[in-house]
Amino acid sequence: MSVDQATVRKIAHLARIAVSEAEIPHLQNELNSMLHFVEALASVDVEGVEPMTSVMPMALRIRADVVNDGEMAALVTRNAPQSEDHFFLVPKVVE
Amino acid sequence: MTLHDTSLDIRAMDPKKLIAGATGNWEIICGLEVHAQVTSKSKLFSGASTAFGAEPNSHVSLVDAAMPGMLPVINGECVAQAVRTGLGLNAQINHRSTFDRKNYFYPDLPQGYQISQFKSPIVGEGEVIVDVTAAEQIIVRIERLHLEQDAGKSLHDQSPNLSFVDLNRSGVALMEIVSKPDIRSAEEARAYVTKLRTIMRYLGTCDGNMEEGSLRADVNVSVRRPGEPLGTRCEIKNVNSIRFIGQAIEVEARRQIEILEDGGKIDQETRLFDPGRGETRAMRSKEEAHDYRYFPDPDLLPLEFDDAFVEGLRAGLPELPDMKKARFMRDYGLASYDAGVLVAERESADYFEAVADGHDAKTAANWVINELFGRLNKEGKTIATSPVKAEQLGAIVEMISSSEISGKIAKDLFEIVWTEGGDPRQIVADRGMTQVTDSGAIEAAVNAIIEANPDKVAQAIAKPTMLGWFVGQVMKQTGGKANPQAVNDLLKAKLGI
Repeated sequence: MSVDQATVRKIAHLARIAVSEAEIPHLQNELNSMLHFVEALASVDVEGVEPMTSVMPMALRIRADVVNDGEMAALVTRNAPQSEDHFFLVPKVVE
Repeated sequence: MTLHDTSLDIRAMDPKKLIAGATGNWEIICGLEVHAQVTSKSKLFSGASTAFGAEPNSHVSLVDAAMPGMLPVINGECVAQAVRTGLGLNAQINHRSTFDRKNYFYPDLPQGYQISQFKSPIVGEGEVIVDVTAAEQIIVRIERLHLEQDAGKSLHDQSPNLSFVDLNRSGVALMEIVSKPDIRSAEEARAYVTKLRTIMRYLGTCDGNMEEGSLRADVNVSVRRPGEPLGTRCEIKNVNSIRFIGQAIEVEARRQIEILEDGGKIDQETRLFDPGRGETRAMRSKEEAHDYRYFPDPDLLPLEFDDAFVEGLRAGLPELPDMKKARFMRDYGLASYDAGVLVAERESADYFEAVADGHDAKTAANWVINELFGRLNKEGKTIATSPVKAEQLGAIVEMISSSEISGKIAKDLFEIVWTEGGDPRQIVADRGMTQVTDSGAIEAAVNAIIEANPDKVAQAIAKPTMLGWFVGQVMKQTGGKANPQAVNDLLKAKLGI
């Protein structure tokens, strides 16, 4: 599997990463060598193995329905580039 | 999420549901994705509160704010609520489900992805029985129900060039309930969402409060000529009231019909409903809206539970609206429509049962539905805030059934209890409102009227419908307290008609 330059541009846009035209060929090479590396997995025989999301032999941890977190608006917004009355302020986005 | 299996089309075309275009009739095909906020104290993956109306960013943990290194831990009660809802929708419960990341950028989504269940939802196929009108019942099939996180909220009206972001909702658990495309009109869609809300309120899994955003829907609409294959659909996002869901379907169907009749074609796209203008319009940022790049969330193991967990929850379910309605029809002899009205809210059904306890059920139903509900609606009150309590109305119903008071007096009595309160029996005794069934007293009144009106007597013998005038006079004379049937019988005997 490999990606073309158009796909590189699309991935960059979806990830909201600014990529200049000059960087595209280099990134294309990087991505393709990663994909090539990962392709080694295709040689593993997975016949009869259920697709899995984790290899950890443990169950999902479950939390009780209690309120024991939050109430730290000042802390949560402390690193915001801009805030007011504990709101995060961002450039206007209107649909 | 759009997972409609468009090849499935179980409903026969109903000519009554078609809408007329300029060049002939069209059929609406609609499926809904309802987002229902799970009733829980804390969020789906954090211990922050879900309470509505808090100060900005106060009910936010470092998990909800997506601070680096924070890990989600699932709330067991949210899982139980999803399973209860699945049971209420007669749906398949999946003992193993998984969580996926749905990736997109928006300022009120700090993670950059929503944790959802794309590949393996917690609940599979089910069905909901929907009473569209007193005479029409349909079945809407459920495709799936899955758990997911809500996003935060952006305010756009606080500043000309900034949006204000509040993450209090971020991470609150939602159930997305996806229907199959089984809905054929705006009216059916409204009835379906109303029924879903009723079921979830009975279960206590979602409060269904639309003002607080607890229930929203994405509406998929397409149109076709009867008998033709399904048309291209559009998805109208985030419609937030039952009334608007109906309006959005109607205006979107009209828009599509107009385009098709002009020889155009429908673009599959995501649209917004603008209730102020009564129109839908394409979303601006639609170009890559559906490229969500789902993948399994590596922070969460599969969600697994055994049959004992499901059966434990099933055993704790309350009597659901369909069962209650059937019981009301069977045990109380109520008509389907009346039973449906009474079970629409659990509080109404409980109130009715308290009124009917030991009394005539049909009279009780009649008084709850017509007098009480009418009056509550008029004054903007609910069952919980009703000035007339169930035991008071029960006493009124009992006095009607035993002929202690007439229907007319009962309405006066209801008015007194509504405005002044008090024990209805005591009021009747104190104010001499008891119906006169004493035949001697009634006879005296009848005789007096007959003697005073010889001309009317002659008329009545010639024309028996005049009898009503005599009944009215006797009722007047007795202050409305005479039993109308007794008066009627006595008059007929005396006048020989």
